[in-house]
Amino acid sequence: MVISIASGKGGTGKTTVAVSLATLAGEISGKEKRRVFYADCDVEEPDGHLFLKPEIKESTKAYTLIPKVDPDKCTLCGKCAESCRFNALLVTKKNVIVFEELCHGCGTCSIVCEEDAIVETEREIGVIDEGKAGSVDSGQIDYIAGVLNVGEVMSPPLIKMVREKVDSIVDDDKIVFIDASPGTSCPVIEAVRDTDYVVLVTEPTPFGLNDLKLAVGMVEALGLPFGIVINRYQDDEKGGELHRYVEDKNIEVLAEIPLKRSIAEIISRGGILVEEDGEMKNIFMGILDRITKHGGLLNG
Amino acid sequence: MKIAITSKGDNLESELDLRFGRCQYFIIVDDNDLQSFKAVANDAMSSGGGAGIKAAQTVINEGVEAVISGNYGPNAFDALSSGGVKLYTADVPTVKDAVEAIGSGKARLLESASAAAHAGLRQI
Repeated sequence: MVISIASGKGGTGKTTVAVSLATLAGEISGKEKRRVFYADCDVEEPDGHLFLKPEIKESTKAYTLIPKVDPDKCTLCGKCAESCRFNALLVTKKNVIVFEELCHGCGTCSIVCEEDAIVETEREIGVIDEGKAGSVDSGQIDYIAGVLNVGEVMSPPLIKMVREKVDSIVDDDKIVFIDASPGTSCPVIEAVRDTDYVVLVTEPTPFGLNDLKLAVGMVEALGLPFGIVINRYQDDEKGGELHRYVEDKNIEVLAEIPLKRSIAEIISRGGILVEEDGEMKNIFMGILDRITKHGGLLNG
Repeated sequence: MKIAITSKGDNLESELDLRFGRCQYFIIVDDNDLQSFKAVANDAMSSGGGAGIKAAQTVINEGVEAVISGNYGPNAFDALSSGGVKLYTADVPTVKDAVEAIGSGKARLLESASAAAHAGLRQI
């Protein structure tokens, strides 16, 4: 089962939730010898490693494709620039210029060129780190993260590669937790598309609710089952509007994580909630149970 | 000389649009024969990104030698320069005033982008 964790608003607690879910699943599944994966798809600023402290065994360079125009074959017809949805090509009276930072590597220009003048070349955009986190006793989990090079603007190609690495592992019993980036556009869609369930982490604030609605719109458009975790929950009117929204739309609430200083303290020193707080462990067991009903996560 | 002026409307009396990449229209005109002008709607106005490049492609396709606008972002600057197009900035009311500004020296020739990416009307 592949579970993605997204949010809309940044800073709501995606990694906090993803890391605890993966750790707990690793502990439970260890005995059954089911592989549990944590995949960090927030490639611009991956932070799961701060908590999981993985041992990296392999670091692979990742490339995207950039078109290169052969000036001898090019007739300056302009079809490539016209076809580019990202405005990454400019055809002047003398040559064709590629604006690399805008190129999404979709390959449309090379297909459209009738002179066969466009060749796709590789450009390095980052690395994919793979390793293991946790110990054999506590339940090891497989760790994989995309790390975008500083200054690089295109994250979707790298996120897609991380997803492909995970999806290529043929194992019906595997459980994967995908930690997405904040937002609701290309990078997040690349992280959550075709997953079995999306956990949307939100908080009871006006911004949190505003962005949650955008995130709900996104997962509904993708046709994915989802539920929400309300983080920093207080039993007061602050969450009133959020609760009304959740009730009106009949959204499944997986858990409410209370606003507690001790939680912030654990996180601030890189601790994992389910390892250090019994109440948290129960809350996360509840989340796994509710997700289970959607996809046979844990047997028995 | 054939020039393009970024405009909010489709004629010479229209207000000068101070943004290059996302202007509403380009008024293409020969500065020796003002009445020969034509208005080209800017398709780049609603681009997600790279509006400056798409806008530059439009004016390059029209064969202009210079553009008069207000602000140009980094992509627009690179694209127009690569296309051999001169960039002028002028703060005058109408398109007609902008054409006259080149001759009268009121329009300034730019050596680099006048705005950061996605900066709208803010200047560096």
